[in-house]
Amino acid sequence: MHLSPDGIIFWQSGFLKINATIAFTWALMLVLVVGSKLVTRKLSRGLERSRWQNLLEIVVSAINGQIAEVGLRRPEKYLGFLGTLFLFVAMASLFTIVPGYEPPTGSLSTTAALAICVFVAVPLFGIEDRGLGGYLREYLKPTVIMLPFNIISELSRTLALAVRLFGNMMSGTMILAILLTITPFIFPIALSALGLLTGMVQAYIFFILATVYIAAATRTRKAAPEAIHAVKAEAKPDAKAEPEHRQ
Amino acid sequence: MLIDWFTVLAQVVNFLILVWLLKRFLYRPILDAIDAREQRIARELADADAKKAEAQQERDAFQHKNEAFEQQRAALLCKATDEAKAERQRLLDEARQAADTLAAKRQETLKSEQQSLSAALSSRAREEVFAIARKALGDLAGASLEERMGEVFVRRLRSMDAKAKAGLGAALQSAPGIVRSAFDLPAEQRAAIQKALNETFSADIHIRFETAPDLVSGIELATDGHKLGWSIADYLESLEQRVGELLTEQDKPTAQPAQDTAVAKQQ
Repeated sequence: MHLSPDGIIFWQSGFLKINATIAFTWALMLVLVVGSKLVTRKLSRGLERSRWQNLLEIVVSAINGQIAEVGLRRPEKYLGFLGTLFLFVAMASLFTIVPGYEPPTGSLSTTAALAICVFVAVPLFGIEDRGLGGYLREYLKPTVIMLPFNIISELSRTLALAVRLFGNMMSGTMILAILLTITPFIFPIALSALGLLTGMVQAYIFFILATVYIAAATRTRKAAPEAIHAVKAEAKPDAKAEPEHRQ
Repeated sequence: MLIDWFTVLAQVVNFLILVWLLKRFLYRPILDAIDAREQRIARELADADAKKAEAQQERDAFQHKNEAFEQQRAALLCKATDEAKAERQRLLDEARQAADTLAAKRQETLKSEQQSLSAALSSRAREEVFAIARKALGDLAGASLEERMGEVFVRRLRSMDAKAKAGLGAALQSAPGIVRSAFDLPAEQRAAIQKALNETFSADIHIRFETAPDLVSGIELATDGHKLGWSIADYLESLEQRVGELLTEQDKPTAQPAQDTAVAKQQ
C-alpha cells in the first residue's frame, strides 16, 4: 500500500517520470476540458438551455458569487485561477467513487503544488492591484516589528493549505483502504460517502482560503466595507478549517 | 519523502495549463452566455417597459382624445339643440306674426268691406231718397211755385242782416250780379227782383238772369265771392249732409261688434 500516489510510477526516465498523481491529474484535466468543450460547444444564449449547460452555469455562477461575496471587486478576473482550484480539488475527490482511482490531491506533491500556486498568485494579484510598494508595505503593518511574523504567517499558511488538503485526502483514502481489509462490506460505502463530503468541504475550504488571501492582498482603501466582509469570511473558514486540520 | 519535487513541478504546470484550458473552454463561454442572456432579459424587460410606457401613453392619448371628442360632441349637440330651439322659436314667431298679419289684414279687409258696403248702402239710400225727393219736387215745380219762390227770394233779400247786406252790396257795386233760377223767370218776377235789389241797396244794380236746371227749384244771386239764394236743393243738401253725419255716427258704434265677429271667425 502506498501512502501517496506518487509512489505508483508508470514510466520513468531519469528525473522525468509519470506517476499515478500526474496520470490521474491528466485524466481529470481531460475529463474537465473535454466535458467543458462538449457542453460549451453549442451554448444557448436564449432562455432554453441543456441540463449540462445549466449545471455548468450554476457551478460557474456559484463560484463567481462566492468570490464576489468574499470581497473581490471583479470576480471574473480571479475566476480562472480560483474556480480551477475548486473544480480540480472537487473533481479529484468526486472521482474517488471510481474503483482503482487515486486522487491526485492525496499526494502532498499536488497539494504543495497548488499551495505554491496560491503562494505565488497572492503577491502577484496584490502587486497588480496596488503596486509593488503598496503590497510590500502591507508586511510592515501595523508596525515594523510585525514584518517577520507577517512573513512567517505567509509561509505557514501556504504550508497549512498544502498539508490540510493532503492530510484530509490521504486520510480518507487510507481509512478506506484499511476498512476494506477489515470490513469489506457496507462500511467502506459509508466511509466513501463521508469521504466525498470531506472532499467537497476541502475543495471549498481550499478555494475560499485562497480567495481570502488574494482579497487580503488586493484590499484597497476604496474597498473598505468589502475588506471588513473579507475579514469575516476569512475568520469563518479558519474556524472551520481548524477542526478539519486536526483530523 | 512525501514530496516529489518533479511531481510538484509537473502539477504546477498541469494546474496552470488546466487554468488556461478551463478559462478558454469553460468560464469565458459560460460567462458570455450568461451575460448575453442577462442582456437579452434586460433588453426584453426594457422593451416591455418601453412598450408598457408606450401603451400607457397611447392609452392616455386615446382617453384624452375620447374625452375631447365627447366634449366636442356634447358641445355640438348642445349647439345644435340651441340652434334648433332658436329656429323653432323663430319659425313659431314668424308663423305667429304671419298669422297676426293675416288676421289683421283680414280684419282690415272685413272692416273696410263693411265700411264701404255700409257707405255704399247709405249713399245709395241717400241718393235714392233725394232723387225721389228731387223728382217729386221737380214734378211739382210749376208757375205758382216759381212765383212763390220769387216772393220768398225777394223777402229774404229784404230781410238780410246789415253785415251781409254791406258785403253783398259792395260786391254788387264792383261786378254785375247773376241771378240763377231753375226755370226761366217771367218778366214780372225779373222786374220785382230788380226792384227789390235797387231798393235794398239804394242803387241801380246791374244783374243778369241765367237758367240753371240743377238748382231743382229756387233762385240764387251770385256775385264776386258772395251768394244769396233760396232753393229746395239747398235744403236737400243740408238734409243730405245731416243724414250723412248721422250715418257716420251710427257706423262708429256698429264697427266694434263687426270687428268682434271677424276675430271670432278667424279663431
